[in-house]
Amino acid sequence: MISMSIVKRKALPSWVMLVVPLAAVFVTLLITSIPILIAGGNVFKAYSSLFYGALGSKFNLMETFVKASPLVLTGLAVAFAFRARFWNIGAEGQLFAGAIAATWVGVYFTWLPAFLVLPVMILMGFLAGGLWATIPAFLKTKLKVDDVVTTLLLNYVMLHIMGALLFGPLQMPGSAWPRSASIMDAAFYPVLIARSRFHLGIIISFAAILVIWFINSKTVFGYQSRGVGINLEAAKFGGINTGMVILKTAIISGGLAGLAGVGEIAAIHHHLMMDISPGYGYTGIVIAMLGNLHPVGVALAAFFFSIISVGAQTMSRVAGIPIYITGIIEGVSLMTMLIFLLLTEYKIRWTKS
Amino acid sequence: MINEIFSVTFITGLLAATLRMSTPIILATLGEIITERAGVLNLGIEGTMLFGAAAGFLTTLATGNLWLGVLVAALGGIVLSLLMAVLAVYFGLSQHVSGLGITMFASGLAMFIYRLAVGSPTVPPVIDPFTPMVIPLLSKIPIIGPSFFSQYSLTYITWALIPVVSIFLFRTRAGLRVRTIGQNPFAADTVGVNVNLTRTLCLAAGGALFGVAGAFLTLAQQNMFLIDVIGGRGWIAIAMTIFGNWNPLMGAVGGLIFGFLDAFQLRLQSLGVDLPFHIFLMIPYLITILALISVSRKATVPAGLLKPYRREEKGG
Amino acid sequence: MEGRILEKQAVIEMRAVTKRFVDVIANDKVDLKLYPKEVVGLLGENGAGKTTLMNVLFGYYNLDGGKLLINGEEVTFSSPKDAINHGIAMIHQHFTLVQSQSVLENVMIGMEGSFFLDKKKATEKLLKIEQEFGLNLDPKAIVWTLSIGEQQKLEILKALYRGAKILIMDEPTAVLAPTETIELFETLHTLVDSGHSIIFISHHLQEVMEICDRVVVLRTGKRVAERKVSDTTIPELASLMVGRELLERLEKGEAKVGIPVLEAKNLKGRNSRGIIAVDNLSFILREGEILGVAGVSGNGQTELSEILFGQVKPEEGEILVSGKSVPGGSPSAIIKTGMARIPEDRIATGLFMDLSVKENMILESHVNEPISKNGLINMQEIRSFSQNCIDNFSVKTDGMDVPVKTLSGGNLQKVILARELSGNPKVVVACQPTRGLDVGAMEFVHQAMLNQKTAGSGVLLISDDLDEIFLLSDRIIVMYEGKIMGEMSSKEADRDKIGLWMSGVAS
Repeated sequence: MISMSIVKRKALPSWVMLVVPLAAVFVTLLITSIPILIAGGNVFKAYSSLFYGALGSKFNLMETFVKASPLVLTGLAVAFAFRARFWNIGAEGQLFAGAIAATWVGVYFTWLPAFLVLPVMILMGFLAGGLWATIPAFLKTKLKVDDVVTTLLLNYVMLHIMGALLFGPLQMPGSAWPRSASIMDAAFYPVLIARSRFHLGIIISFAAILVIWFINSKTVFGYQSRGVGINLEAAKFGGINTGMVILKTAIISGGLAGLAGVGEIAAIHHHLMMDISPGYGYTGIVIAMLGNLHPVGVALAAFFFSIISVGAQTMSRVAGIPIYITGIIEGVSLMTMLIFLLLTEYKIRWTKS
Repeated sequence: MINEIFSVTFITGLLAATLRMSTPIILATLGEIITERAGVLNLGIEGTMLFGAAAGFLTTLATGNLWLGVLVAALGGIVLSLLMAVLAVYFGLSQHVSGLGITMFASGLAMFIYRLAVGSPTVPPVIDPFTPMVIPLLSKIPIIGPSFFSQYSLTYITWALIPVVSIFLFRTRAGLRVRTIGQNPFAADTVGVNVNLTRTLCLAAGGALFGVAGAFLTLAQQNMFLIDVIGGRGWIAIAMTIFGNWNPLMGAVGGLIFGFLDAFQLRLQSLGVDLPFHIFLMIPYLITILALISVSRKATVPAGLLKPYRREEKGG
Repeated sequence: MEGRILEKQAVIEMRAVTKRFVDVIANDKVDLKLYPKEVVGLLGENGAGKTTLMNVLFGYYNLDGGKLLINGEEVTFSSPKDAINHGIAMIHQHFTLVQSQSVLENVMIGMEGSFFLDKKKATEKLLKIEQEFGLNLDPKAIVWTLSIGEQQKLEILKALYRGAKILIMDEPTAVLAPTETIELFETLHTLVDSGHSIIFISHHLQEVMEICDRVVVLRTGKRVAERKVSDTTIPELASLMVGRELLERLEKGEAKVGIPVLEAKNLKGRNSRGIIAVDNLSFILREGEILGVAGVSGNGQTELSEILFGQVKPEEGEILVSGKSVPGGSPSAIIKTGMARIPEDRIATGLFMDLSVKENMILESHVNEPISKNGLINMQEIRSFSQNCIDNFSVKTDGMDVPVKTLSGGNLQKVILARELSGNPKVVVACQPTRGLDVGAMEFVHQAMLNQKTAGSGVLLISDDLDEIFLLSDRIIVMYEGKIMGEMSSKEADRDKIGLWMSGVAS
């Protein structure tokens, strides 16, 4: 019988770390050509339409940025949480919370002076998502309830809160559908590049990358949250208030996801409805892991996914591949990246017996 | 309204629905209990169930054979869980991350193959679903007759599995191995038990159950495939595993409670209780969270959960 | 041990066995023979390769070079199962038991048999073995209720139940009280008389001389000597183990004993099982002295250190540092008093293995200026602080930016010492500070403790190594089941009396 074991290997030169993500992407595309072939598509045509659809023209490129914006935010949200080993699977629900808050401000806060609407909306959206995330964080630190399960379950709770609101107080008067009224003009994210949808939210996402990078590497809080994530006991031993660290991490994480929700309202849909998010909160998890929990990695991974997502629409039109190929690409890219990362530290040894 | 709730028809219908709707959750919980008892947290349940639902449905759609659909769903679940084994057991990658990756991949794959096979028709295709298997004589007993003894055969099988899994874990040699690996894999390794192989087999067994649980939803409880057919039940199974303290019977009780809440909330709506429909939908999830809070203090987590097992490399 | 005939055929022969890990050669062409009915001691300091060698014999590790012969025939082991099938069993330093299961289930695991567990048959077989070798345990007892000595008996029963003829014991006496050690040696005699062979890994020379027939000495992966016990002495073995004279050259300065710097008053605390581990314990530590807390591991030392470190709040009692009461259960409050804390498990409690050396250095000082200000960290200050620490404590590392997990055990402890001692603390509490370290590192830690005392600090040394206690302490107290059995100044120390206290015999 042949058995496999994993043994530590000597440290590899640091340039390898740059090549690994590229190799992972390449291998992913190789593997996902299989379902493309099964779907009867021409692999070359499929991939070229995908890349054209995402990057081939100015408009397409702008669209890719637009699509990347919420992914960057949810990716950062999850990465920031995971770094402290707060397993926030609840970015989707936190996104909903942010969207709800943004809708509330955007529709009903007509008494605010116009220049204050956007800042208030953004702040409220951040807080809504942040507060929603404190519930599972509190349950984890004080009552030792598993955060994977609670953050997840709360997604469904928030989804149904949204449903109750959309069939209730937030429902657009006169409509039979669960949708809110449209937000006021002052609540729209301004479009920044003519003849495209490149909007303020994209700038906010990039700013978020810088802010999170700053927190992680330059602040005491960033040091503490990393310590908590690596060794909770040692962090406690060192006098770190681990409960507060996790709570603060949750607020920032949930807040970022909330900002993603704000963006969907203020830039894309301009009103709230049940399917405000095509699973951004869950995709954020994959992006966070692909980016190895580092803000710049997250940005690149988000951009990669955005390319896939935007390009897949063109691919489905031109090459006839069902759009759900995106889920497959996402899953495969994650698994490939993980395995490659592992192989940078360990090698596989086959032994015969 | 109180009169209506305590009427015979209401109670009978509620009990029947409870047993019916708890079936997929109990199946998935049993699968996850076996897996976690061996020390692996499988977050791929939700995606695996969706794949089982799609694969089972499509097989039945193509062949007209319901049990073949169940079989294909089980096989699909096994393959996905073997993939989880490669990532989390053999490569030793983070179990959280591997499981989530499997859920993403399996969900995408499920929807992809469904869309490939069926396209986007205005009316989704339906199949002839399972019909309840009426047990003669026993089903004539008032109230419990129609509710307990007029269920799908898959439900009867599920209930039969509960003692089977219990006996397996606590009364067989193989079960002792599984439990030992979950508590102290080093102890098992030193007496010659193949830790990784056992974990893989447990994952596979769990995967089969997840696949069947998914198929139950499209082949019995409903007769079509919708994207949100699983509706978070996979995650509920993880919660029920904790709630049941990793014991098959207690986990089944948890599944039963969730099924009850699900069924109850549907019936309350049809009675015209004047609360927003979505509040009802929330109730099962909230109660699950409360239940978790109450048990988390005394939970006896398998000590080896979440840690990949590698032979330690220490000098000296 | 006399009166046994050594047969010519070796039961086990390890020939030129080599084992490598990444870039470390743990075993370098080692030869070892084992004959029937004998006890062979395998000696060496921490890191010499003893456990690794036995793990190869036990099938846990694969050989990189050399051969394994059983009764003259070459064998290859790919897993412990193969070793068990050849009658070899290993009793590890860390027990391979499932605490939450019963004695019987722990014995039955992995055995061949029917599909269903036949507990009746297994119980019969177990009781028979228990009787034959005088190891009496209730098959239904749950393991965590057993004492450490009883758990070790269970490990031996596991091996005998599987028909093991060869037992490898890795540091078996490290966790035993003196009386339990006597019982263990009786058991080993019984086993040898009935035809078993034993490999006894230890670095306790006195015990090795007592129980073994032969000893093989390893040093940095190589086999350096073999002696018959009757032909050698403890000092000879000691110097073979370290390759030079085993006399720690320590500078013991003089210090004036002054005011109390640490006081424990009626401390009471429980362990993770809810059993009382620290029982109405009080002591006073003064500046300028080293107070040694002796005792066999498992008598509350861990729990006491956790209370003193602020990790656990005592159920009752008070801690005073320099006369001021410190709130319990708060590591930051303890850190503020300036106490230097050397935790028992440096990896689990004291270090972030994946973080860099410098990031570990600042664990306790990171909230203070100049390391950080207004919530922002000052990288320049961190670097200069860390470099000072590395220089002052001779930490052998590839720079301060490498992950701390690349450092050896001794250097990891130096990082902790540097971190804790760089602030000139008035109080030092060290729990098992030299556990798992080689002699060179041990000497360094000992010298650091003595330097602190000379500089006027009070040092509380909690250690299960009696030699270390005697070497360093000015006063000695002994812990048994959470209580202090007695106190003695080291000048008048009576080793026998201390041994009795360690076994719970009050005087």
